[in-house]
Amino acid sequence: MAEKFDVIVVGAGMAGNAAAYTLAQAGLNVLQIERGETPGSKNVQGAILYADALEKIIPDFRDDAPLERHLIEQRVWILDDESYVGSNYRSEEFNREPYNRYTIIRAHFDQWFNKKARDAGALVLCETTVTNLLLDGKRVIGVATDRKGGEIYADCVILADGVNSLLAKKAGFHDEIKPRDVALAVKEIHFLPQETIESRFNIGEEEGVVIEMAGKITAGMMGTAFLYTNKESITLGIGCMLSDFKEQQVTPYQLLEKMKDHPAIRPLLAGSEMKEYAAHLIPEGGYHAMPQVYGDGWMIAGDAGMFVNGLHREGSNLAMTTGKLAAETLIELKEQGKAWNARSLARYQAKLDDSFVMKDLRKYRQAPAIFEKNPHFFTTYPELLNRAAHTLVKVDGVDKKSKERSIKSAFVEARSRLGLLGDAFKMWRAFQSR
Amino acid sequence: MHSVVCIKQVPDSAQIRVHPVTNTIMRQGVPAIINPYDLFALEEALRLKDRFGGTVTVITMGPPQAEVALRKCLSFGADHAILVSDRAFAGADTLATSFALSAAIGKVREDQPVDLIFTGKQTIDGDTAQVGPGIAKRLDYQLLTYVSKIVDIDFGKKEITVERRAEGGVQLLKTAVPCLITMLEGTNEMRFGDMADMFRAARYPLKVWDRVAAGIEDVAKIGLKGSPTVVGKVFAPKPRSQRAEMIEVHDNDPQDLVVTLLAKVFTRHPKIEAEIIKCAS
Repeated sequence: MAEKFDVIVVGAGMAGNAAAYTLAQAGLNVLQIERGETPGSKNVQGAILYADALEKIIPDFRDDAPLERHLIEQRVWILDDESYVGSNYRSEEFNREPYNRYTIIRAHFDQWFNKKARDAGALVLCETTVTNLLLDGKRVIGVATDRKGGEIYADCVILADGVNSLLAKKAGFHDEIKPRDVALAVKEIHFLPQETIESRFNIGEEEGVVIEMAGKITAGMMGTAFLYTNKESITLGIGCMLSDFKEQQVTPYQLLEKMKDHPAIRPLLAGSEMKEYAAHLIPEGGYHAMPQVYGDGWMIAGDAGMFVNGLHREGSNLAMTTGKLAAETLIELKEQGKAWNARSLARYQAKLDDSFVMKDLRKYRQAPAIFEKNPHFFTTYPELLNRAAHTLVKVDGVDKKSKERSIKSAFVEARSRLGLLGDAFKMWRAFQSR
Repeated sequence: MHSVVCIKQVPDSAQIRVHPVTNTIMRQGVPAIINPYDLFALEEALRLKDRFGGTVTVITMGPPQAEVALRKCLSFGADHAILVSDRAFAGADTLATSFALSAAIGKVREDQPVDLIFTGKQTIDGDTAQVGPGIAKRLDYQLLTYVSKIVDIDFGKKEITVERRAEGGVQLLKTAVPCLITMLEGTNEMRFGDMADMFRAARYPLKVWDRVAAGIEDVAKIGLKGSPTVVGKVFAPKPRSQRAEMIEVHDNDPQDLVVTLLAKVFTRHPKIEAEIIKCAS
């Protein structure tokens, strides 16, 4: 006889775990299905955990979650081929509990998160792929899986199956994702002894550093790079829009190799041993690329719904929050004795609109298009900035006024006066549009 | 027919690293898997169940985390799972482990006779291949190691016929049941369990036996106390000081490659070059 649940959650990433945990905690009968061998085995992220989103789901997560280091310093580098202009922000305030951001390793973190959902009462099946949604007319009534006798029924299915949500595509909830709406990111984890990391980055036990990078390392493509300190390893990676990779005929690993060889990065990795290589798509299409995220008996949460703020590199917190809001919508409706249909589930969209999730995505809705059409933000400006810094810092008998003049003319020469003005406006629009 | 399959949760040896200073294995963060050889044992037991009916019980001695491994076995189709877990078992070598496991299997036999005991041919972390034979000896079961195929079981005569891989060929062996079989790798392929087994595994109330439940009274025979093995010294093989040299091949001309290669060999070993020239002339 086929099994029947209140809710089936597809996927055990941030969104899926947040949803399954919240639902199970409220006493709903939840089944969570994950295709990976264990929760987290297929999940890839930088990874930085933003405490706030998790705190709202599991307030005391710090007691037992596998956290690597809390971040006390943020470095931002604009790179040229041989140099970088950077800024640092480091504060003792970040060293006071409760900490705000942590580096994590998803393979460990997701297992912990999923265990919380299981302890709350969710039933979890791994190594099982949901192949299709079962439909009754337009209404989703369950899922089909790749296992024999694998049809399972539910009153609602939450799709938290990640960036390339084949299920939503198959069911016709959205089109195939477009190369210009996704970034392809690659990353490596390099082992280094704890003491080496702490002396190399000027940090104490459990303290961490983030380096965010942009500029010529992405070879003119729209993208960024990062380097994070874990307890006994360093994570570094780089990502650009998939359409750019396609156009430029550059492979992601070539970019990563070049990045590791940058004179400012090479010494940070010296003597390390590569432990892990991973690649993943990141849905960065933003507001305009978002699909419909709810319907008759179904909802979409996390990457599957394009809930990523590419500009601020936030994704997992949006995933957790959307998973939680999806769950809360169902819980509220059930308490009020209302059915879960397209009309009632519109409350999920209202909750999203009311949260930072949609507010931020709407604010930056112009950003993807602006950066896409203006690759010089990733090449010309980094070079100009680095050359300007070099001119100013180098002591060579040239008077300061002449130096300033030469910097100015370099900018004008590269972009023209009108161009500079236009770029400034575009930058402002990318960040300030509302 | 009742089969007991002994499994072990081991660190995935493809991912372990050796600590550069202490030379001990760094298990932290390394995923735990079911010893791959044990999966051949489990699948063979499941196949016998398919052929002749009966039940399959999986048993492991290990920390509480080993529950994951047992549930996985249940999802493949095993009927029962027992976790033998007690702090007193910590530090056990193969002698103490086979003692504890045979005691636990003894307890299983009180409920239902055990016709066959399966183990993998060895574990990938210890590589001793001693625990299986140790259990057979203690329970006074016939022992068949490195079995590659179970040919037949004659329930009337209580006999089993198997193929055993041996040096230079395959032996066809017949012995009395009950017996213990250690399965060779590559002999079968683990099935993909159906949905009903997945649900059963996820909901199965796992039996956890401590020392007393496993029927062990003498604490001197288990754990570190019951383990005469002493690790005298641990060392890692020294990495070669000379790194391998990569030779780039620019086109598909093998002759070029051979010439380049020979030139490199001859520069390093002028003696060889001299000898070849001498032979040729």
